Amino acid sequence: MRIATLSVLAVSVLLAACGEPEKPAVTHVDFQKELQAKLIKAKAGDVIEIPAGTYQLDRSLSLKASGVTIKGAGMDKTVLSFKGQKSGAEGLLVDASDFTIEDLAFEDTKGDSLKVVGGKNIIIRRVRTEWTNGPATENGAYGIYPVQTENVLIDGALAIGASDAGIYVGQSRNVVVRNSRAEKNVAGIEIENTIGADVYDNVATGNTGGILVFNMPNLQQAGRATRVYHNQVQGNNLGNFGHKGTPVASVPAGSGVVINSNDQVEIFDNDIGEHKTANLIVSSYFSTGYTNLSTAEGFDPYPESIYIYGNRFGPGGDSPDNLELKALRISQYGLSGRLPDILWDGYVNVDKLKDGKLPADLAICVDNGSAGMINVDAPNGYKNISTDMSSHKCSLPKLPAIELASAKAGQGA
Amino acid sequence: MKRWGVLVGALLLAACSKQSAPLYLPEGENYPQTLSEWGMLKLGGGHLQPVAEVTPYDLNTPLFTDYAHKMRTVWMPAGEAANYGEEHFDFPVGTVLSKTFYYPRDEKGQLRLNSQDDRDANTGLALDRVHLVETRILLKQKSGWVALPYVWDEKQQEAHLELAGDSQSLSLLDDQGKALAVNYEVPDANQCAGCHEESHGQGINPLGPKARHLNKDLVYSEGSANQLQHWQQKGLLKGLPAELAGVPQNALWGHPRPGESLEMQARSYLDANCAHCHNPKGPARTSGLMLNLATATGIHSGLCKQPVAAGKGSGDRLVDIHPGKPDESVLIYRVESTDPSVMMPELGRSAVHHEGVDVLTRWIASLDGGC
Repeated sequence: MRIATLSVLAVSVLLAACGEPEKPAVTHVDFQKELQAKLIKAKAGDVIEIPAGTYQLDRSLSLKASGVTIKGAGMDKTVLSFKGQKSGAEGLLVDASDFTIEDLAFEDTKGDSLKVVGGKNIIIRRVRTEWTNGPATENGAYGIYPVQTENVLIDGALAIGASDAGIYVGQSRNVVVRNSRAEKNVAGIEIENTIGADVYDNVATGNTGGILVFNMPNLQQAGRATRVYHNQVQGNNLGNFGHKGTPVASVPAGSGVVINSNDQVEIFDNDIGEHKTANLIVSSYFSTGYTNLSTAEGFDPYPESIYIYGNRFGPGGDSPDNLELKALRISQYGLSGRLPDILWDGYVNVDKLKDGKLPADLAICVDNGSAGMINVDAPNGYKNISTDMSSHKCSLPKLPAIELASAKAGQGA
Repeated sequence: MKRWGVLVGALLLAACSKQSAPLYLPEGENYPQTLSEWGMLKLGGGHLQPVAEVTPYDLNTPLFTDYAHKMRTVWMPAGEAANYGEEHFDFPVGTVLSKTFYYPRDEKGQLRLNSQDDRDANTGLALDRVHLVETRILLKQKSGWVALPYVWDEKQQEAHLELAGDSQSLSLLDDQGKALAVNYEVPDANQCAGCHEESHGQGINPLGPKARHLNKDLVYSEGSANQLQHWQQKGLLKGLPAELAGVPQNALWGHPRPGESLEMQARSYLDANCAHCHNPKGPARTSGLMLNLATATGIHSGLCKQPVAAGKGSGDRLVDIHPGKPDESVLIYRVESTDPSVMMPELGRSAVHHEGVDVLTRWIASLDGGC
């Protein structure tokens, strides 16, 4: 193993350590060039260490070599700041396998902070991505963003202020997101078009929506089989500051966990509370304002095989961020009433109905004590609203746990 | 063939304009630190031009790079030729492609924004009328293609290898006397691959020298000829169909040939500027937006398609291409932007390509239907 520590850094670190008053950002050109040159020349087995310090960069970094580790001195100690970034759509773009990044932070990137495209065996550990001005529409879209990756561990990460999702796993396979925290993003943690994901022991708070499990049309892979369990999802009521047209733009403020168009999703053993719209939403792509014209053939917009059990729901549903839902709450539950914990938009695939019912293995099953579910009947203009749970009192076979070597190795570390 | 390892060699070479064959580097990572060591381009007598063994080429609709002009060349080892393919050519090991990015310069030394052809078929570029920025080398080795960016020095005497790229602030004056500020970014070697790796995991490949881009006439010192036929005659290309009618041809940018419709101009532009990423195997496959020519105009090419991970790149617009409504199309929003987190392409420009935006806008406006 070759360990390359950046040398010019000593100087900047010393500067940073002197406690000089903060000056306007001046790009550390030498650092930037040296680090990028190291990334370009990196070979499998290399560990690129970045010592403690705040480094100012103005263009994207990128890595294409597999088997490389990038390591800082801690996510509050090694900070790559991209304030005033001039070029590149992300902070660090990785197109490589067997990649590990740990103990550092990305701040104020113009676009996405850390994007990993198309690699296998990815470990993102104790990485912070943050827009330091707080939530704002002009912030970059994603904090931690692996897409079309396989065998991914996101562990102990912190994502703050993304104008889309703080932690966003797209079109991937075999993923674990755990021990991480997402706050003040539009979406805290989003699993999209991904096959096989375990999301556990995370905290999502202060976002517009806490944890999202979505499927989008027109992509190369439809997602399924995600388990969301033992998370703290609390008080995600931030006004939606996402951009229209993006998948998260349709998420109402005050959404705890949202399942959209995805199948085989298990939500259990979570603490979910203090959400003004609903603690849990199950919905279809059709509720996001798009029609059949926007979906290619073969896309399944219906959430199916959804299993909700053993969660601890706190207060919620008292002030939904949606005109129809506001009216509905008052008409059904009175001025001081609240919507049930689980809100379902009511879209079902009528082609799959047998005697007016979905086959048992495709049902939305709720086994969650006294928690109720409301079907708002969006397909028929909110006409036949129902809180009848009888067709949802069911159970589904439990999904297997994700097998991920890196997640096992890291346990208890 | 031995490498000109010593700087003195290169200097002598430049000084007496003596011709030498370009560098043959089939393997190894001992890449020249200076452009002159490649022996592709000759600097002397106030001109920069390809050496005799090196062939210039040009493209039908090229990639936009902040209004930079480009001088492209190809060299293959003696006796070797590329094999023709409709999608891409198979180049022999040792092939060197060069692309020199420069701006025209007036007699006062001011950089200009125009689309004139500065290249003289016999003498190349006149150094007192151009400002050289960078020369990119693409080298075909046994292990695959390698991209190497060389940045020209202030004296315009030599270009040096800069694997980590570079950036330069330039001001271009257009013919109406308006100045355009350009933050010209020389890509680093990874960024080169970011565009040139058209198919994930397949390594990098040349983007320009393909049949549909090369199928046009160029003025050579011997006179004007179709580039593909010229390559064939010079022994650089094997397997070219006997009839050029069977060879694909993109629209000629700025001067569409008879029959080259607005749609064809727009699709040619998207092909050259977007499809290296936006194809089913390219880096932007994750977006589901495919702008390669093989994807028919429809939902997969963006019609009524919701953006997936555009973030603020959506510009609050709901679909990538809204037929008949360019102002409601994400695609137009992104090609009109210069914000690094919004603009498309993501790399290679800091200015808006107004002429490109114009063609795309008129094309989308011409499409029927709603979403």
